[in-house]
Amino acid sequence: MKEKLTSLWQRLFGDSARAFGVVSLIFLGSLAIAPAKNFFSEWRHYQHGYLRMVRNRSDANTLQRRFHGGIQQIWLPELGVVDRCTSCHVGLKEASLSDVPVQPYRTHPVVPHKLDQFGCTVCHRGQGAATTVSEAHNSTLAWEQPILPAKYIESSCGECHRAPLLGTPQLNQGRNLLSREGCVHCHTVKLSDGSVMKATDDPPSLSHIADKTTREWVYAWLKDPQAYATTSTMPNFKLSDDDARDISAFLIANSAPVPGDTATLSAKASPDPAAGTSLYGESFCASCHAVQNAAGNMVGGDVGPELTRVGSKVKPEWLQAWLRNPRTYDPGTAMPHYRFNDSQVATLAGFLLAKADSDLLDNVHLAAATPEQIAHGKRLVSDYGCASCHEIAGIKKPENFAPELSRIGSKPVTQLVFLPGMQHTLPDYIATKIKQPRSFGQGLKMPQYTFTPAQIDSLTTALLSLNDRSNTLPPSLAVAATPESDYQPAGKAGKLMTDLACFSCHRINGHGGDMAPDLTWEGSSVQRAWLVDFLKNPGTLRPSLIRRMPRFNLSDSDINELTDYIMTVYQSPAVDRDSMPLSGYSQGQIELGRQLFYGKYACQGCHIVDSKTDKGYIGPTLTQVGSRLTAAWVYQWMKNPQALRPGTTEPNRAMGDEDAQALTAFLISQKGGAKKEVAKK
Amino acid sequence: MTRYGSNPTHVGTADIGCPAERSSAAVSRRGRFGFVLVLAILSILLATSCSRKTESAPLPKPTAFGAAIVESSGGKQTAQTGSLLPQPVVVQVNDAQGTAVAGALVEFSAAPGVAFDPPNGLTDSSGQVTTNVSLGGMAGRYAIVASTTDKSHKRVELKIEELALGYQQTLGRHLNDQYCERCHNPESTVERVSNYDNLEVKPHPFTEGDTLNKINDADLTAIISHGGPALNKSALMPAWGNTLSKSDIQALISYIRAISDPPSRNAGPVYTKN
Repeated sequence: MKEKLTSLWQRLFGDSARAFGVVSLIFLGSLAIAPAKNFFSEWRHYQHGYLRMVRNRSDANTLQRRFHGGIQQIWLPELGVVDRCTSCHVGLKEASLSDVPVQPYRTHPVVPHKLDQFGCTVCHRGQGAATTVSEAHNSTLAWEQPILPAKYIESSCGECHRAPLLGTPQLNQGRNLLSREGCVHCHTVKLSDGSVMKATDDPPSLSHIADKTTREWVYAWLKDPQAYATTSTMPNFKLSDDDARDISAFLIANSAPVPGDTATLSAKASPDPAAGTSLYGESFCASCHAVQNAAGNMVGGDVGPELTRVGSKVKPEWLQAWLRNPRTYDPGTAMPHYRFNDSQVATLAGFLLAKADSDLLDNVHLAAATPEQIAHGKRLVSDYGCASCHEIAGIKKPENFAPELSRIGSKPVTQLVFLPGMQHTLPDYIATKIKQPRSFGQGLKMPQYTFTPAQIDSLTTALLSLNDRSNTLPPSLAVAATPESDYQPAGKAGKLMTDLACFSCHRINGHGGDMAPDLTWEGSSVQRAWLVDFLKNPGTLRPSLIRRMPRFNLSDSDINELTDYIMTVYQSPAVDRDSMPLSGYSQGQIELGRQLFYGKYACQGCHIVDSKTDKGYIGPTLTQVGSRLTAAWVYQWMKNPQALRPGTTEPNRAMGDEDAQALTAFLISQKGGAKKEVAKK
Repeated sequence: MTRYGSNPTHVGTADIGCPAERSSAAVSRRGRFGFVLVLAILSILLATSCSRKTESAPLPKPTAFGAAIVESSGGKQTAQTGSLLPQPVVVQVNDAQGTAVAGALVEFSAAPGVAFDPPNGLTDSSGQVTTNVSLGGMAGRYAIVASTTDKSHKRVELKIEELALGYQQTLGRHLNDQYCERCHNPESTVERVSNYDNLEVKPHPFTEGDTLNKINDADLTAIISHGGPALNKSALMPAWGNTLSKSDIQALISYIRAISDPPSRNAGPVYTKN
């Protein structure tokens, strides 16, 4: 071996000329390495491939002319973007290449943004400056940011767009879930506009829980909330039997009675179950509450809690008091004060108490609580952060109970702990953490949720959008969300509207629910007499809707108070209610309106004016529209419905004055029933 | 994307360049040893990364074999690119007489990017296997193959087609739900009662490819923006041109083209397993 080396050395560097020659050759060879690496680079390989592919196409000339060789770069200093992706992805801007099956040569699908203005990595992540496939796409030690999987791509929209977008259903759902499923009770999420994401759910106060339910139920609930109600949003803390026993002991012992929330009524329920069913239906309880039917399907809304097994939960005295006036127990509840009379309360209570499941509490046998158990329960309640969501007397809401998530979407992979078999990427970490939070180690407190796989993807998308860029984006580049309004009506009527929980369904001045029509301009829209009648006995305007306005048994003075307030305050500046009369239109004008209605505009496709011939029922029924709406509102609505109610389905027909006037005359002449011919005068 | 990511030769090229440069110095024993060491480490790394990729959970052992595989539910669904289909895909294995077979092995496969949870399984007592499917990152149609083997170990396959919607089509679907579907979709649900039966002139359901594929984009745009009479069709189709923007209408058309059955001319390829 040694001789061989010596002879090799002799042969190469034996004399100075030889050594000089060999060293020069080596030097030249090493000089050639850089150009050779460049020549054999991947991007050049893909560009050659592109030119080969393009050659056989019919539009080869155009494509070749538009092709630029060499490394391409999109530089956007204010976003910190240097993207060289277009060096290999050559066809992104060529519309004709949409038939190429895969990247890197396929056209970019249509999105609202231009490639030159946004680059690639703003949406797709990855390493923009890299010029090899692996460095650009994958995560390596030097390059932290891998390509974002397609299913989370909407998270990038959320970096700049803080308001919900039509094209990003997954991101919108994820953001909703974050505030609706209680995530932000424990995890702080600071948004870049300085606000903090607020929870939209309303976990009940536990300070008076002994009024409402038994310790046995609390125990069973803590052990498995979904056993009581499958739609429950309360997560499972996987408590041991002893821990659940002690927490239930503490909560019951800690509870103080609410004055007036005791059995002042006869606790006897009406024996007639059919009466209960019809009262439950008439009161439209199902608009907010769901009940699981025999087939296992949920029937009803998700504003209030599921009632499938409510009879196993509540105390009869409490239920009656609650039905009589829910605001005594919980002043902030979304449930309206229905003003049921005593017999209605008894009927409904009997109906609800029959919805019981004997299996739920059969195996729960708890001995009387000892002071040690209660003390231990109190410690557990603090440890698990129960007070982050629930109000509990004597326990302060913990601050920053769980890690802040304001920049979770930029968390370096090196700071994460992965489970065996998991992909080492941030999206996989977030998704798995939501799916099985306790599997990441011993003693973790995050409870087990019952999210569907699609919900987990949505949540992950929303969390990925909370990152360094979303936090440091110049305000000029962000698309701000309209801040949630906290509008409250004033005075006596305002109190009444809170009591009736109008805002649980209706939206007024940007505040409230979206189940029922927006009432911001109701005073310009409807006639006073109609509103009085409607509040007395709400009929239905839209035959195909299953959620309807319930009847509240309001007194005449309450109705007057409400009507006066609505008619005076909720007026649109665009509609002068008294500018057009409710009668006195000429027969000719009405006839012209009828022709326009059935002919040119074919309104009968969606509306019913003559219930014998018309069938359309997408829009409200118009048989009595002349007794319901003001003429000025109808006229303005014809001209531009979206100006009065943004987002309404009614198409804007850009009607001229003449058509709008004729149609208004025709519609206002529809007074319904015997009053139909009034317009003849 | 996966096509390039799965090619392991790309990974090493840049690194291998460095030791080669080093050889220009006088080759010492240490240098050569280092070179060999680096090569060895690289090859081990390469080997482990390759083996990690091919490694997968062992297939369950079938206890029975069927003769045919049929779709129970979950075909022809739509989802956004990369996302889960709203309903799982359920397939059933039958024997030659058409009775369900329990314990037969079903494997799912599709184009790269499509994920199955679980990717395989034994049929349950009713002869069915259920899997959740996430579609790939490209908008378009995806062919999913469910396969089982019969007694003679011959592969029996079933092809199911699903549709992935890109951004524009997702936007179009949203607009369709808000403005169009109540009349154009004859199917009613509890929450959304169809108006189709109430209309004197029936609108075309958007899946009706035989008719809609014959109308070009310009004509569709005209009907949507100016109403039915623009093309001598029913006035029951109102003009949406003042309500929807040009890009909204384009999005709607791209959605209509995507869900068309039979597929429209420019529907692009069906993504299948290579």
